[in-house]
Amino acid sequence: MIKRPKAFKTPKSLLDYAEKVKKDRDSRKLEVRICAGPSCVAGGALEFRDELQKELDAHAPQLKKAGLTVGTSLIEKCTGCHGMCEAGPLVILEPMEIFYTHVKPKHAKSIVETTLLEGEPVKELLYSLDFTKGGEKAKHHSDIPFYALQNRIALKNVGTIDPTNFEDFLLNDGFKGLVKALTTMTPEEVVDAVDESGLRGRGGAGFPTGRKWKSALRVKQDRVWLVCNGDEGDPGAFMDRVIMDSDPYTVIEGMLIAAYGLGATDGYIYVRHEYPLAVKHLTMAIENMKALGLLGENILGSGLNFNLKLSRGGGAFVCGESSALMRSLEGKVGEPRAKYVRSVEKGFKDEPTVLNNVETYACVPSIISRGADWFSSMGTAKSKGTKVFSLVGKVKQTGLVEVPMGRTLREIIYDIGGGIIDDRPFKAVQTGGPSGGCLPADKLDLPVDFDTLTREGAMMGSGGMIVMDDQTCMVDVAKYFIKFLSDESCGKCVPCREGLKQVYQILDRITKGEGREGDIELIEKLCHTMEVASLCALGKGAPFPVLSTLRFFREEYEEHIHDKFCRGGVCKELINFHINDSCTGCMVCLRHCPTEAITGERKKLHVIDDDKCISCGICRNVCKFDSVDIISQGKIVAGKEPAMA
Amino acid sequence: MSETKTVRITIDGRSIDAPVGQTVLEAARQHNIDIPSLCYHPGVEAFGACRLCVVEIRKHNWTPDWKQLVTSCLFPVEEGLIVETRSPEVMENRKVVLDLQLARVPNSDVIRQLAAEYGIHDTSYEKREDADDCIMCGLCVRVCDAIGAHAISTLSRGPEKYVDVPNKDACIGCLACALTCPTNAIEYIEEGNMRTIWDKTFEVVLDPVNKKPIATPEQIAHFSKQSGLPEDYFTKSDATRKKETAASFARVMFD
Ligand SMILES: Cc1cc2nc3c(=O)[nH]c(=O)nc-3n(C[C@H](O)[C@H](O)[C@H](O)COP(=O)(O)O)c2cc1C
Ligand code: FES
Repeated sequence: MIKRPKAFKTPKSLLDYAEKVKKDRDSRKLEVRICAGPSCVAGGALEFRDELQKELDAHAPQLKKAGLTVGTSLIEKCTGCHGMCEAGPLVILEPMEIFYTHVKPKHAKSIVETTLLEGEPVKELLYSLDFTKGGEKAKHHSDIPFYALQNRIALKNVGTIDPTNFEDFLLNDGFKGLVKALTTMTPEEVVDAVDESGLRGRGGAGFPTGRKWKSALRVKQDRVWLVCNGDEGDPGAFMDRVIMDSDPYTVIEGMLIAAYGLGATDGYIYVRHEYPLAVKHLTMAIENMKALGLLGENILGSGLNFNLKLSRGGGAFVCGESSALMRSLEGKVGEPRAKYVRSVEKGFKDEPTVLNNVETYACVPSIISRGADWFSSMGTAKSKGTKVFSLVGKVKQTGLVEVPMGRTLREIIYDIGGGIIDDRPFKAVQTGGPSGGCLPADKLDLPVDFDTLTREGAMMGSGGMIVMDDQTCMVDVAKYFIKFLSDESCGKCVPCREGLKQVYQILDRITKGEGREGDIELIEKLCHTMEVASLCALGKGAPFPVLSTLRFFREEYEEHIHDKFCRGGVCKELINFHINDSCTGCMVCLRHCPTEAITGERKKLHVIDDDKCISCGICRNVCKFDSVDIISQGKIVAGKEPAMA
Repeated sequence: MSETKTVRITIDGRSIDAPVGQTVLEAARQHNIDIPSLCYHPGVEAFGACRLCVVEIRKHNWTPDWKQLVTSCLFPVEEGLIVETRSPEVMENRKVVLDLQLARVPNSDVIRQLAAEYGIHDTSYEKREDADDCIMCGLCVRVCDAIGAHAISTLSRGPEKYVDVPNKDACIGCLACALTCPTNAIEYIEEGNMRTIWDKTFEVVLDPVNKKPIATPEQIAHFSKQSGLPEDYFTKSDATRKKETAASFARVMFD
C-alpha cells in the first residue's frame, strides 16, 4: 500500500502521487464492481456485497492458489449508477468485461466459484441481447449496444470508480485538467479554451459556456460567485444526480478550473433536496479536498483560493431556474425575477455570479486536459461534444446514455434503446423535459442537437427522452405536462399561473369528450400570450408540450373534439373495453374486475357490461391471450395488432 | 449636487429624457403616458406579476423588424430605446391577461371595469369557483414587508397560491395591505374604536379632537421603534402635530 500525503502543496506532488497510485493498481488482477446506485441498492446490491464478502472469505485459500488475494490483487468495490437501472442490481467484473444483471445475494457463491475460480461466466446472469429470457447473451459489456454506442465524457468515471475513494478518482486523469490549467495556462487561456471547445450549457437553454464566462470577465468586479446548479427537477431526468452521486470530484474539479479562469473565490453547489446520496458524496469530497489542500486557501501552492459550500434545494421545480435558485440561496422564497440585468452582473446577493449546470462543469476537466479541439471534434456545427440523455418510456432498454451530439433519434431509440417494447409502432418521442416537445416518426432521422430540436418545436432541455408507442394519446400527454407545470408554477405572474390553469381545463374537457368548437384556437391564443408575456422561462416554455402536439398531432385534438374518438385508446370517457373471440374463458379477468362488470363461464366467451365497466383496464392487463380490445367509436384502437390509424 | 445622467428614449413616438436607473413605466408615467398596471406601487420594489404593463421595445442596434415584449415596471431605460405602449401585440396580450384575470375574479368591479375598457365583457375561460377578489399581485405582502411587520405572505404555489397571515402575532393592524390592494380584496371592519383585520381585533387610538381613528397601539409602538420618535408623537391630533412640525421646521430654518 502506498501512503497518501497529508496535503498536496504543489501540482507536482499531486501528479507524483497519482502516478504511484496507478502503478500500485497495475498489480490488481481483478475488480468486482457492484453498482450501488439507489435503484440497485433498493434491489439488494448491498446485501449481495455482504454475501460476496462472506464467499470471498470462505474461498480465500482457493482464490489465493489462483493468484487472487482479496484486498490487493482482487478488489471488490461499490460504484455509482451504471445507467441501466431496470436490469439491476448490476455487477461488473474487470478486466474480463463480464456484465451481470439482476444479481441477488444467492448468486455470490456461483460468481466466486464459477467466474473467479474457473474463469467462466454465470450464464443466467448475463445480459440478454434480444431482451428475452432464452435469447443470446452478451459475453462482454462491450457487446451490448447500450454501452458500446456511448461516448462518455461527463460520465467518464460514472460506474467505474468508487465515488468515495479519492485514489479511484485519480486513476482516470483526476485533477489532470486542474493541474494543467494552474501550471501551463493563464486564466484567460482557460476561458478561451472553454469558449473554443464550443461547450454549451447542459442545464436546458444551451447558452455557450465560454461566452458566459467571457462576459463575466468583462464585468470588472472584486468578487464573482460561482454556482453549480444541481437542482434537477425534470421528471424522469437523473443525469445530474448520477454525476454527483457517482463522481463528485469531477464536478468540483470543473468548478475549480472555472474559479481559476474567472477569479472566483467562493462558490456553492445547490443540490436538489431529494438527493441524499449526492449531498453525502459531495460533502465527503469537499471535506476531503479541504483537508488535502485542494480547496480553501492557496490551492496546490498556486495562489488560487476557492471556498466551496453545499446548499440544499428549496424543493420546488422552479428553484432550478437560475434567478429563483439564487434567491433561494439567499434564503428567500425561490421565485424567478425578470432577467433584464444579467446575473454575471447582478446575481447572487446582487453580485456578479456565474451559474452552470452539473453536467456542464463535469465536461470542463476533460476539455482542459484533452484540449478544446478534441472536444469540438465531436458533435455538430453548433453543438459540440456529447450529451447525456435519460431514455425512458416504451423502449426495450431504458437508461442513462451519453452520446456525441448529432446522433439521430433513431440511433438513440432503436440502436441504443433496442426499439419499441413488443415491437409496436413508434408514435412520438418527447424531448426536453416538461416544457419540451413531441416529435413524430418522420423526425426520427433528425440529428439530435440544440438547434435542430428547437427548430422542430422540441428542446434539448436537460436531456430527457420519453419514447411513446401507438397506444399513447397525444392530448393526454400534453395534459400531463401542463398539469405538472401548473402544479410547479411559482404562481407569481398571470399568464403562467392562470394560463396554465385554463389550458389544463380546456385539455381536460377535450380528453373527456366535452371539447368545444374553437377550443384549439383558444388554446393557441393563450399559449401565445404565455410564451411572450410570462415572467420567466417556466411560463415562456410551458406552451411547448401543447404547441408541439398541435403541430404534429393536430388530428388527434380534432378527433377528440369532433368525433369523440381517442385513437390511442387512453381517454377513459371515450373508450370502452370489449372481449374478442380469442377469449378462452379462463375466468381470470372476471375475478380481477373491481366492479364485477364481466360475466361468463369457464371455457365460454366472457362479456363486459359497459354500464358497470369503469375502464380501469385491469382485465386487459391480466389477460394472457390478448382477448381484451379497447374500442373507441366502434373502432378497435388497442388490440392484439397495432391499431389502424 | 451630482448631476443625474439621463438617456433619451422614445415612447409612442414622443422623445423623452429619462434619468438612468428609472424604469420604462416610471418614465412613461412621469410624462403622463398611460401604461396600465395592477401590481406596481411606487413605494415598494417592482414585482412584474400582473403583466398588464408589458410593452413592446426596439433598440437602435436591432434589425428593424426585431421587437420584444418586456415588463415596463422592471425594464430600465437605456439610450435610444424605442417603446410602444399600445401596439397590436401589446393590446392583444393585455386582453388575454385581463380575460384571464376576469376568469379568476369574476366578481371584482375593478377588474370588470378594466376588462370592459378593453372590450371584454365576459371571460372566454372557466370562471374560478367560489372566487374572492384577490388577483395575487403580491402588493399586500410587499407592503407588509416594507413596513417591517412581515405578518402576511403568500402560501402554496401555482393556481392554488394564496395570501394568508401565518404570523398573526406580527400583524399591527395598520391596514396598509387592505388600502394598497388594487381590487379591495382584503376585508376589514372599523367600528368606533375597534378594528378587525385578518381575524384579529385591535383597539384603535382616536384623534383627540375629531375622534377619527389614528392608529392601533401596536402600530404606534412599531412606528415609534422604527422612527425613534416618541409614541405620543403619533397620538396627537392631526392639527397639533402639524403645528408642532411647523414650529420645529421654523426653528431649523431660521435659527
Ligand atoms: C423552470 C426551470 C427549471 C430549471 N431547472 C434547472 C435544473 O434543474 N437544473 C439546471 O441545471 N438548470 C435548470 N434550468 C436552467 C437554468 O435556469 C440555467 O439556465 C442553467 O442552470 C444554466 O446552466 P448551463 O448554462 O450550464 O446550462 C431551469 C430553467 C427553468 C426555466
Ligand atoms: S405593473 Fe408591471 S407586471 Fe404588474
